Amino acid sequence: MMYYSRLRMASVIGVCLIGLALCLPNVIRQPMASLPWRQIHLGLDLRGGSYLLLQVDMNSVTADRLRGLQDETRQTLLKNSLGYRNLTTSAHGVTFTPRTPEETQPDLKVLRAMPMNVPDEFRVEQAEGGQVTITLSAEAARQRAYDAVTQSIEIVRRRIDATGAIDPEITRQGDDRIIVELPGISDPERVKNLLGTTAKMTFHLVADSAIGSAVPPPGVEMLPMTDGQSKLPVFSHVDVDGADLTNASASIDQQSGEWAVNFTFDSTGAQEFGEVTRANVGKRFAIVLDNKVIEAPVIRTAITGGSGQITGGFSAQQATDMALLLRAGALPAPLNVIEQRSIGPSLGADSIRAGGYSLAAGFVLVIAFMALFYGRFGWYANIALLANLVLMTAILSLFEATLTLPGMAGMLLTLGMAVDANILINERIREEVARGRSALQAMQAGFERATGTIVDSNATALLAHVMLFVFGTGPVRGFALTITIGIVTTLFTTLLLSRMLMVRWYARTRPSTLPV
Amino acid sequence: MMFDRPLLRFVPRGTKINFMRGRFIGLATSAVLSVASLILFFHPGLTLGLDFRGGIVVEARTQGPADFNTIRAALSAQHVNAAGVQSFGGPDDVLIRLDTPPDSEPDHEARTQAMVDSVRHAIGTLPGAQVLRADAVGASVSKELFRNGMLALGISLLMILAYIWFRFEWEFAISAVVTLVLDLTKAIGFLVITHFEFDLVMVAAILTILGYSTNDKVVVYDRVRENLRKYRTMPLAELIDLSINETLSRTLGTSSTVFLAALPLALFGGASLSGFAWVMLFGIVVGTSSSIFIAAPLLLLMGEKRLRRDARPAARN
Repeated sequence: MMYYSRLRMASVIGVCLIGLALCLPNVIRQPMASLPWRQIHLGLDLRGGSYLLLQVDMNSVTADRLRGLQDETRQTLLKNSLGYRNLTTSAHGVTFTPRTPEETQPDLKVLRAMPMNVPDEFRVEQAEGGQVTITLSAEAARQRAYDAVTQSIEIVRRRIDATGAIDPEITRQGDDRIIVELPGISDPERVKNLLGTTAKMTFHLVADSAIGSAVPPPGVEMLPMTDGQSKLPVFSHVDVDGADLTNASASIDQQSGEWAVNFTFDSTGAQEFGEVTRANVGKRFAIVLDNKVIEAPVIRTAITGGSGQITGGFSAQQATDMALLLRAGALPAPLNVIEQRSIGPSLGADSIRAGGYSLAAGFVLVIAFMALFYGRFGWYANIALLANLVLMTAILSLFEATLTLPGMAGMLLTLGMAVDANILINERIREEVARGRSALQAMQAGFERATGTIVDSNATALLAHVMLFVFGTGPVRGFALTITIGIVTTLFTTLLLSRMLMVRWYARTRPSTLPV
Repeated sequence: MMFDRPLLRFVPRGTKINFMRGRFIGLATSAVLSVASLILFFHPGLTLGLDFRGGIVVEARTQGPADFNTIRAALSAQHVNAAGVQSFGGPDDVLIRLDTPPDSEPDHEARTQAMVDSVRHAIGTLPGAQVLRADAVGASVSKELFRNGMLALGISLLMILAYIWFRFEWEFAISAVVTLVLDLTKAIGFLVITHFEFDLVMVAAILTILGYSTNDKVVVYDRVRENLRKYRTMPLAELIDLSINETLSRTLGTSSTVFLAALPLALFGGASLSGFAWVMLFGIVVGTSSSIFIAAPLLLLMGEKRLRRDARPAARN
């Protein structure tokens, strides 16, 4: 207890020096590219920026799958020469009435054999009134949302990168959510609009015969035009899919002087596009983006080059954004922004100043207190406190953690709590001295008795903050993280470093009385 | 050497304050405060922050002192119906609050986001004005954040209980947790009176003061336990008094340093942190006094027979 071997001393000092070295990246530039250079990131609340929480539109994911299931059901039944009536899709599932009650069992049998994307994806059952229903399982819906997020993250990243945002962070949260953090962008409106667009582009032939009819014939849909006023009947069948695009760019059309979006297909798309246009010269071909008709030009001649142009009366920004969206690809499902927090740069700077001053002031107050009330041992505690701050910064840098305003508050509180261990030791030594123990005995007893209490009291605080980190969200996690790290560094600096300073002092001077 | 000896001392050496004599006063005061806090909790209730209430808050800085009429006019030009436009911080800072549509309505999330953009456009029409902060939390997210916050609070309390139970006899654990719950109610009462917004950061503040308060109780209890072994025949009331007196200097020392660390934050920490820091300061005072005036008397009430089984015959002899 009262002896520190050279090795032990060297390792305690070594840890502190390593800590100091790890802090360096936060204050100086990287001297060599090969050197690992990790530093603390400033949170959005300190540097300004935006935080968006996006959620996959589950209704749309389910509706998409159900529409697919309806198609598969129709084809499966036809293939097996089974009949059906009233085949419809509702929010809950696909339903139809078998041609005759006797066909119900064969219907169930063939439909249950339909391929599933995940095990137990859907259930085929006989409902009341002789109908057959196909419903999606909750587990399958969850899986679809999860997959949709996985696909979406990549597309979201491409879209955001294309806007020129610096250091965007895009992460999954839970099954159906994506967190987008955009440092330096305090007005996220454009990003929100970009992410709020699915950008699913398809090409359909226009059903000219159905123009003017109130109810579209089977296989034809009435789609709104982008002007929002009129509707155009188009065939539901997708002739060419925008997923086969390889490139898209905005430019000014030479002839009309309007902004246009040029696109190029890959070989599959080019071939399909060529075939459709060759077979339908003279007909109108609708370009549909997110279920809205952008334009429906007449096919003048077969387009075999695999490239085309859209002119929809765009502004420069609209054309640029549309080209960007087409390049980045379509989202598998719409994303809704369900939480938005944005902080302007001036507020962030204000917060850094306020947080920094408070941290400095609190630190000075605690140091003054320890010096006044505990003398020499108080100064040792202060050295340990400084080492504590260095080690906390070092660990946060090592994790490349994000420092938020509540995180700064956490650091400050850690410094206030950190001296508790020193106070416990010092008070204990005082008591032992008052009981008439010698200097050596008092110090020994002080260390020994106080250690249990220190571990107990820090363990409870550690538990509370680990829980806060696990269950908390956003800024609270930053707070819990700094306190959790702070408790660990506190244990090190008080149980090893400040004690070592006291022991070394004793070994050097061999005092008969202690300065307590 | 100048810095060698301490210059000041908190508590004179060897105090013998009879805390347990005032135990009923302490418990009664605490009970009154906690009941009052509970009444405040139900009426008028906590001021829920954006995290838990949902809605939109936009902070803006105008050029020169804020003119609310101009701001309201600009907002209504963008068809925004502000629930509140108020000053905040300096004279040129304004805070605009909007209620979000209920989550029973379709498209409520999209409409919420459109509302934020409209407020931005409205502020953009004012010369020299800039948006400092714009937060929008949808109804479903706020419910979830509230649930998570309460979950963190509840589980932390259980973990603390489990730890103290594991480390001490059950009398200690029960007294500690009852005291913590009483501390918690007082912190809530404080929040209601001060109108500080109850949000995630406040949950963190409350958890921190609970952690601090537990820490304080553990130190006193540790000493009680040590003295129980040391003085086998001392009556429990006397023994608890002795333990409190022995640890008094530490208790006051530590609460002072935490208090000093949090004080600058309360005074200069800015709008977002000062509420947090004031709750901390309140919690430090409550947590420190509850160790002495609540947790110790409770331990005495519950442990009088059990913890001192061998003391009674000795006392009679």
